[in-house]
Amino acid sequence: MRALLAHRLAAPVAIALIVVALAFILPSNFYLRVAALVWISALAVIGLNLLMGFAGQVSLGHAGFFGLGAYAVAVLPAQFSLHPLLALLAGALVCGLIAFVVGRPILRLKGHYLAVATLGFGILIAMAIANESWLTGGPDGMPVSRLTLFGWRVRGASTWYWITGALLVLGAWLAVNLVASPTGRALRALHDSEVAARVAGVDVAHYKLIVFVISAVYASVAGSALALVNGFVTPDSANFIHSIELVTMVVLGGMGSVFGSLVGAAILVVLPQVLTTFHDYEHLLLGLMMMVIMIVLRSGIVPSLAALIRRTRP
Amino acid sequence: MSILKVEEIGIAFGGVKAVDNVSFSVEAGTVFSIIGPNGAGKTTLFNLISGVYRPRRGRVILQGQDVTGLEPNRLARCGLSRTFQNLQVFFRMTALENVMVGRHLKERRGLLAHLLALPSTARQNRESAEIARQLLERVGLSDYAETPASAMPYGALKRLEIARALAAEPQVLLLDEPAAGCNPVETEEIETLIRRIADEGMTVVLVEHDMKLVMRISDRVHVLEQGQTLTEGRADEVRANPKVIEAYLGTHGTREASLALG
Repeated sequence: MRALLAHRLAAPVAIALIVVALAFILPSNFYLRVAALVWISALAVIGLNLLMGFAGQVSLGHAGFFGLGAYAVAVLPAQFSLHPLLALLAGALVCGLIAFVVGRPILRLKGHYLAVATLGFGILIAMAIANESWLTGGPDGMPVSRLTLFGWRVRGASTWYWITGALLVLGAWLAVNLVASPTGRALRALHDSEVAARVAGVDVAHYKLIVFVISAVYASVAGSALALVNGFVTPDSANFIHSIELVTMVVLGGMGSVFGSLVGAAILVVLPQVLTTFHDYEHLLLGLMMMVIMIVLRSGIVPSLAALIRRTRP
Repeated sequence: MSILKVEEIGIAFGGVKAVDNVSFSVEAGTVFSIIGPNGAGKTTLFNLISGVYRPRRGRVILQGQDVTGLEPNRLARCGLSRTFQNLQVFFRMTALENVMVGRHLKERRGLLAHLLALPSTARQNRESAEIARQLLERVGLSDYAETPASAMPYGALKRLEIARALAAEPQVLLLDEPAAGCNPVETEEIETLIRRIADEGMTVVLVEHDMKLVMRISDRVHVLEQGQTLTEGRADEVRANPKVIEAYLGTHGTREASLALG
């Protein structure tokens, strides 16, 4: 059992099983829609977790990349009649390039300084999206044309559930592959000791840049997926609060845990929906629960529980 | 043949000359020790050679090539590796993974192959793990292979750093106090290990406080005091040098020390 849990592919297989199982359990389209939102958030969170949990570099501006991905599938088809799928790829490419250019100078910074620099970057993107009304519709947002694949109009909660679920499993698979590779070892090494990693020959600046670009592409693809599912984009997808939500999901689920990324995303997407029954106390309860979770499970939900299981069952 | 040459190297921190005008030359395949009282600048000198600090003046020549001020990862490519006095271990990784990181430069690094877990990546992982296992065995840490470094005892971590440095197959290995904080048994194991490394033709530059270890193992000893060279010579020459004894014990202790050393 323990060997099974420790296997490289444990997380993507578990996520795939959950996606398949929930499809049969969830009773209505509403639930399928919420689940699709969880898969999309989890995808962005896995990317951010590669950066934060594995390489130890914080980003408080990742919603910027998420928003760029979302607006890519809104703007490019509308303005240049690009196919939405190509727009998604273009968005990912642009985000990767921006991360490459921006990452070079700001990844020299460490800790709080890096946090503030990425924060500034995120706010910059959010402001650009909100202000360039001629292109983006401004604060009101803009509609996203429907995705059509080989003449088949992609629609319906169940269809999007499967598409986003498959994207998530793919993202999880790529992530665990990376972590278990020489590149992954270099990233985890520079997290623990930059100087020792450099002495071992790791070009620290280069590897930080690689993982920053990869995490930006994850966020961009997730943003595009959300825009296609909703059929509408607003500047909220790129704003500061969303960046904080993504970071919270990483920490809550567990830094350095691919499966934890799904757990963190699920809690922050589903809980507010559940807590609406408490009306006025919704935010109070959400905040309290997050505080209690972090106090009791201080390494995040999945790593803390895994450590607990290891201790109780020798 | 001189494999590592340091020429008139120096650095100052806030006006204090931590290392000042130090020169020496290390022959290939020998054990070269740098000793001196606390605060003499030994670790600073190591940091200058290994590219952690950029020297204000002087040059470092590695295998005939000027490598002054090169980044540590560039120096690693030139065949220089080191360990640290204050442990620099990857605590969130297992012992085996720590040593596998040492293989970094020998590993094929295709990002796409890594993301897609192509067979070449699996092969590479197996190869690195196999070599890392052999190195763990060599430093006597086989039992810890799958243990997270954070759960290993201090003495074991010291040897883990040596294994990781060896994984890079360097020509020159800098060891910064490998026996510090180790018990007599562990110290003896480390001595045997260093001797075997040197016998295989690797050049070892050593900073160490355990004088008995230094005197037994070193081909040449370079003595620093307050950032400057005091003397250099064979182990027996240095041991008998009154200036060295004075530096360690002060003028007051010189007479007792000379009596003690016979």
